[in-house]
Amino acid sequence: MRWFGLFLAFAVSSVAAQSTLRIGLAEDPDILDPTMARTFVGRIVFAGLCDKLFDLDEKLNIVPQLATSYKWSADNKALEIKLRNGVTFHDGEKLDAAAVKYNLERHKNMKGSNRRGELAPVASVDVVDPLTVRLNLSAPFVPLLAVLTDRAGMMVSPKAAEAAGEKFGAAPVCSGPFRFVERVAQDRIVLQRYPGYWNKGAIHFDRVVYTPIVDATVRLANLRSGQLDFIERLAGSDVAGLKSDSRFKIARIVEIGYQGITINVGKSDEAQQNPLGKDARVREAFELSLDRNAIVKVAMDGEAQVGNQWVSPASSWYVKSLPVPKRNVERAKQLLKEAGVPNPSFTLMTPTTSDAQRIAQVVQAMAKDAGFDVKIQSTEFATSLNLADKGQYQAYVLAWSGRADPDGNLQSFHFCKAPLNYAGYCKPEVDDLINRSRAAADKAQRQKLFDQIAADVVRDRPVIYLFHRHWLWAHNAKLSGLRTVPDGLVRVQGLKMN
Amino acid sequence: MGRFLLRRLAQIVPTLFFVSVLIFGLQQLLPGDPAIAMAGEERDPETIRYLREKFHLDEPLPARYWHWLSGVVRGDLGESVRIQKPVTDLILEKLPVTLQLATMAMLIALLIGVTAGVISAVKKDTWLDYAANVFALWGLSTPNFWLGILLILLFAVNLGWLPASGYVSPFEDLKGNLAAMIMPAFVLGNAFASVLMRHTRSAMLQVLSSDYVRTARAKGLNERVVILKHALRNALVPVITLGALSFGELLGGTVLTETIFSIPGFGKLIVDAVFNRDYSVVQGVVLLTATVYIALNLLADIAYFLVNPRMRVE
Repeated sequence: MRWFGLFLAFAVSSVAAQSTLRIGLAEDPDILDPTMARTFVGRIVFAGLCDKLFDLDEKLNIVPQLATSYKWSADNKALEIKLRNGVTFHDGEKLDAAAVKYNLERHKNMKGSNRRGELAPVASVDVVDPLTVRLNLSAPFVPLLAVLTDRAGMMVSPKAAEAAGEKFGAAPVCSGPFRFVERVAQDRIVLQRYPGYWNKGAIHFDRVVYTPIVDATVRLANLRSGQLDFIERLAGSDVAGLKSDSRFKIARIVEIGYQGITINVGKSDEAQQNPLGKDARVREAFELSLDRNAIVKVAMDGEAQVGNQWVSPASSWYVKSLPVPKRNVERAKQLLKEAGVPNPSFTLMTPTTSDAQRIAQVVQAMAKDAGFDVKIQSTEFATSLNLADKGQYQAYVLAWSGRADPDGNLQSFHFCKAPLNYAGYCKPEVDDLINRSRAAADKAQRQKLFDQIAADVVRDRPVIYLFHRHWLWAHNAKLSGLRTVPDGLVRVQGLKMN
Repeated sequence: MGRFLLRRLAQIVPTLFFVSVLIFGLQQLLPGDPAIAMAGEERDPETIRYLREKFHLDEPLPARYWHWLSGVVRGDLGESVRIQKPVTDLILEKLPVTLQLATMAMLIALLIGVTAGVISAVKKDTWLDYAANVFALWGLSTPNFWLGILLILLFAVNLGWLPASGYVSPFEDLKGNLAAMIMPAFVLGNAFASVLMRHTRSAMLQVLSSDYVRTARAKGLNERVVILKHALRNALVPVITLGALSFGELLGGTVLTETIFSIPGFGKLIVDAVFNRDYSVVQGVVLLTATVYIALNLLADIAYFLVNPRMRVE
C-alpha cells in the first residue's frame, strides 16, 4: 500500500512538473507594458501573455488573432476591424470595440509610449458597434496591419490599466493564454494558464516560467541538465555538439532583421571628410571587397543567410534584380583608382558584442585586400548609438531586429531625417517612393515601388547589408507543436510535452 | 569605547557625502545619452524628450544632484527606468541574495583558507605545506568564469547532482537554495581561500616563533592547546581585518559569479543597470555598496578594539 502511495505521489508530481513550460531567455525583458516596452526579448514573454489583433504565420502572412476579419476603405484611409466575440481579459473584463479604442488611444497618447511612432498615421478610432472598430488614418498606410501584429496590436484591460496608471507593467492584465503571476527581476517571470482564454484548446501547459540566463553556455547547460525545456538564441558554436544528442532538437529561422554596416553619408560634416561617405564608388569598392559567405562562416559559425537588402533573399519582398554581389577585389581596386583614392582609410565603429567584433575583424582583413585601411573602434553599445545619432562616426556595425512589414526595415532608416536614419541618407525621390509604397494596397504595385527604391538605396549604399541571422532555438525533443515564425517569438499555442 | 565609536561615526558623514558626489559625478562621465539608451530600438524623439524630462536629464548637474540627494535623504532612491520598480525594492530584493552568496563564500574561504594556513604553518616544509601552497596558487590563478562553467558541466550536466544555475529562496526550499548556492559560493570563495591561506600561514609562522609560544610549550602545554588557543588567536588578528575588508571585495566579486550562475543578486543588478543606463539603479546600488564598505571598515575597527587590548589604552 505504501509503495502504491509513493508511486501515486511520484506520478502526480511528474504530471505537475510536466505541465510547466520552462523557457530560457537570453536577456532580462524590460517593462511588461505593451505600450512602453522596448526590447525584443520582452516580446517573447508577451507572446504568452498578451494576444494581438493580428498575428503572423510561418510565411509572414497576417492572420487574425483577436480580430476575425478586416476591410480597407476604398481610399485606403480607413481600416475596419471585426473583433472576436466572447474574449475576456485576465480580470474578466470584456474585450470589445471600446476596449480596442481605449488601447489604441493609450498607445498613441500615453506619456513615454514607444508605440506612438508606429501608430502615427492613425488619426482617430471609432467604435462602430460592440464588435467593430474603425481606424481612421491621416494618409493611406498599408503596413498598419503588420504593425498590429506586434505590441501596437496588443490589448490590455482598460480597467486594470486605468487603475495601475504608469505602474501597469509591474502586473500586466492582458487577454493572452496565460495570465501574469509574478516577476522577480533578472530571475523569472511566471505566467499561469488563463481558464477563460478564447482558444484554450490550444494550450497544454498550466504554467510558463521565463528565466533570463545571459550566458549562452550556461543557458544550454540548463537545457541539458533538464532545468529548462526550451532555450532561445543557442550559440552557433554549440549547434554541432547538440545535434548529436537525441534528447534535444534544434529549430532554425531566418530573422526578419539584418546585420549591416551603416555608413555616414550625410549625417554630419564628417561624411564629406571621408572618401567612404563622400563617394559612392568607394562604397561600392568596399562592398565588392567583402565576401559575405566567408563573413557568415567565420563570424557567425555559418548560422546566417547572406543578403544585400533590408529583407532577406527568402522574403517575397526581396528585389530579385539586385542579387547579392560576389566578392571582386580587382573591380574594387579599379573603382578606388577611378575615385582617385587607391588606399582609403576609415574608422569602423563596432559595438563590444562578440558578434560585432568578429564581423569587424573579418571585414577589416577582407577590405585590406582591396586597399582599404579599416580601423576598428570598439565602442560600448549605448555610447555607439549616441555617437551615431550625432553623426560622429564614419562607418558603424549595426543590427536591426526587423519588422514584419518591409516598411519597418526601410522607412525609419532611409527616409530624410527619420529618427533611425543614422546614415543621414536623404533623397526626395526616395522619400516620395517610400510614401507611395506605404499607400499601395496592391502587392504587385508595391513590389514595383520597392524595386525602384532598391535601385537607389542598394546602389547608394548608405547601409551595406551583410546577412540575416538565424534564430537558433534548442528544446527538449519531447516538446512538439513549435511554430517557427520569422519574428523569432515563441508562440505557446499548440506547444505540448509528449 | 563610546568615544571611539562616536569619533568613527562622525567621520562617516563627510565620507558618505563625498561618496555621493563621486557616484553622481562619475555617472555623468559615462558616455552615451541615457535617454537614447532607454528609448529602445525605435528611439521615438517624443519618447526621448519625455524621458529627459522625467529623469531631469534636461536640467543642470547641480539641480539633478539635488533631486537625487534630497530623495536619498528621504529614503527614496528613485525608480528603475527599465522595469519601473522602486530602486529600494530592487535592492531589498537582491541584497539578501548577494549577502547569502558572499557569506557562504566567506565561510567556505575561511574554512578552507584558515585550516590550510594553519596546517601548512605547523607542518612547514613537509608535503602538506607544499600541497597547501599548490592549492593556493591554483585558487589564485583560476579564473572564476572558467571554474564556474567547468563545475556546471560536471555537477549539473554530467552528474546531474546540482542545478546548473538560478536561485531559490531559502524560505521556499532550503535544500534547493543550498543546492543552487553551493557551486557559486565555492567559485567565489575559492580564490579568496587562497589569499586567506597565505596570510594565515605567514601570521602563524610569525606567532609560532615568538617567545610566549615557546614559554607555553616549555610549561608542557599540549601542542594542540598551544596552536589553537595561544597561537591561532593572535595570528587571527590580521586575518580578521583582511576578512572584513575582503567581504566588500567579495560583494564586488559577485558580479561575475552571479552572471555565470544567473543569480538574481546585486552584482547582476548593477551590471545590467550600467549597460542600460538605468541611472537611479546604478546610483542607489553603488551608494549602498559604499555604505556597506564603510560599515564593514567600522566593524573591523571595533573587532580590533575588542581583540587587541592595547588599542583600548590608546
